[in-house]
Amino acid sequence: MNRYRVNQIMTGILNGVTLLVVLFIAAFILYLLASGMTAINWRFLTTSSEVGLGIRDQLFNSLYLLLLTQLISLPIALGAAMALTLYVDKRSKFASFAQGLIQILSSLPSIIVGLFGFLILVLKFNLGFSIISGALALTFFNLPILTQSIAVSLQGVPDEVMQSGLALGISKWHTITKIILPEAMPGIWSGIVISAGRVFGEAATLIYTAGQSAPTLDYTNWNPLNPASPLNIFRPAETLAVHIWKVNTESLGQDAATVSRGTIVILILVVLLFNLVARYFSTTMRKKVGR
Amino acid sequence: MANKQQQTEITTRHVNVYYGAKQALFDVNLAFPKYQLTALIGPSGCGKSTFLRCLNRGNDLLGHTRVSGEFQFEGRDIYDQAVNVMQLRSQVGMVYQQPTPFPFSIFDNVSFSQRMSGEKNPHKLAAIVEKSLRQAAIWDEVKDNLQQSALALSGGQQQRVCLASVLAANPKVILLDEPTSALDPVATAKVEETLQQLKANYTIIMVTHNMQQASRISDQVAFFLDGKLIEFNATKKIFLHPQEQMTSDYLNGKFG
Ligand SMILES: Nc1ncnc2c1ncn2[C@@H]1O[C@H](COP(=O)(O)OP(=O)(O)OP(=O)(O)O)[C@@H](O)[C@H]1O
Ligand SMILES: [Mg+2]
Repeated sequence: MNRYRVNQIMTGILNGVTLLVVLFIAAFILYLLASGMTAINWRFLTTSSEVGLGIRDQLFNSLYLLLLTQLISLPIALGAAMALTLYVDKRSKFASFAQGLIQILSSLPSIIVGLFGFLILVLKFNLGFSIISGALALTFFNLPILTQSIAVSLQGVPDEVMQSGLALGISKWHTITKIILPEAMPGIWSGIVISAGRVFGEAATLIYTAGQSAPTLDYTNWNPLNPASPLNIFRPAETLAVHIWKVNTESLGQDAATVSRGTIVILILVVLLFNLVARYFSTTMRKKVGR
Repeated sequence: MANKQQQTEITTRHVNVYYGAKQALFDVNLAFPKYQLTALIGPSGCGKSTFLRCLNRGNDLLGHTRVSGEFQFEGRDIYDQAVNVMQLRSQVGMVYQQPTPFPFSIFDNVSFSQRMSGEKNPHKLAAIVEKSLRQAAIWDEVKDNLQQSALALSGGQQQRVCLASVLAANPKVILLDEPTSALDPVATAKVEETLQQLKANYTIIMVTHNMQQASRISDQVAFFLDGKLIEFNATKKIFLHPQEQMTSDYLNGKFG
């Protein structure tokens, strides 16, 4: 058999395997969407779980937790990634130690992060089952992923860019903030959005930190200190992903199955949306930067 | 004019450079006359770029390098603790082999150093941009598209925009590391012409692998081999009557 023939056959096999995986995933997602679509209606989206078996509050909780988590993690991750890629000597022991640590953290099972958060935040710091406990635990989960993706985007900017900035007599800080960060921005944005997708779908970290109950919220109450206010960060907050878990473990019969499937659809749609946005950032914005 | 030519802009003595344990330059002594173009030649890896980087403290950025020796620029020691490195680098500008414009418009690229040092007056900035682009012989090609991204230009145009960016910082010395090696003959000729005009106001030090180029536009040539300076002389003398056997072997293509 000549090598061209072998090449043809191997290409065929690899294409076949890829097609199989794609078909499998597409079928899986379509099945979930199709089986849950019937559960979704206006009432499902706009009532609380206690009153109308809806997911209004869970949806809000998920988005609010995501926002808080990113607000806390982003400055830290950006700082750490900048330090690791632009300030610390890449060949130093410290750099490889920090890289290793981040790698380990990013592969830590999320249930462990959740239990750690329960012990430290909920019990030790007495924050209780609350949004702030959940957001801090999610920050632990999120930081390594976000730091790594920002570091990769920063490394993607050629070293020569930094050199020629400095060679013009421009300070390192200005070179970084005016040239390197803008150039890495598309990558940083898509990193943020992809990590948002993972945070949004996270359940294990939150079960023992943000809690499993969703007290009905009063969306006219904007006083962050009031327990019924959606903005209150010291109230327990069940998210979509935790809701799916809870509904299935507490099993309320026919209704439970419908609620669970409907919630799954919403969760998947939001995560898909995040991924589309990330793709938009990495293609359209990269074209604008043009390198 | 004659008086001008006797001044030296940069003097270096006993330059040794180490990358970790590896020594890249051995006891180099060179003096660069003001308003002249000096070419650094020699086979790949002989230390030309290393030497050039010493002159604007570019080696500081690499982390694991050690530089020793004396470096005098206008009577000041380049490596003195008290030297403001940012100011030094704007006075001793560097153009790299690969053009590296920044990811924004031509205007913003060329005005960048001035804006970063606090210049806000749009008329002044526009004047500086025009002057620098004219000096770099690219004004006519880009004057109608100053808001266009510099990354959309051809390699030769990018190289001249980078040169304009360096000029806008008001340097006294311009260092160029193989500025034309990525360019076609037409663009190369343009850059060479530009450099010859710039000589009237700037001291230029250029690394090149192109012997014709060195003989066409330089006033002095320094020939490096394995980290050592072998010969330094007027361009005519180097090409017509090299003093060292190694220089003549290199120029005759016997090695490198
Ligand atoms: N950043 C660095 N780290 C370690 N060694 C280096 C570094 N840069 C250069 N060297 C070494 O120093 C020596 C001189 O390199 P240099 O780049 O100065 O040569 P060059 O004359 O500019 O060569 P070329 O014509 O190929 O550009 C080489 O042996 C090279 O391997
Ligand atoms: Mg070189």
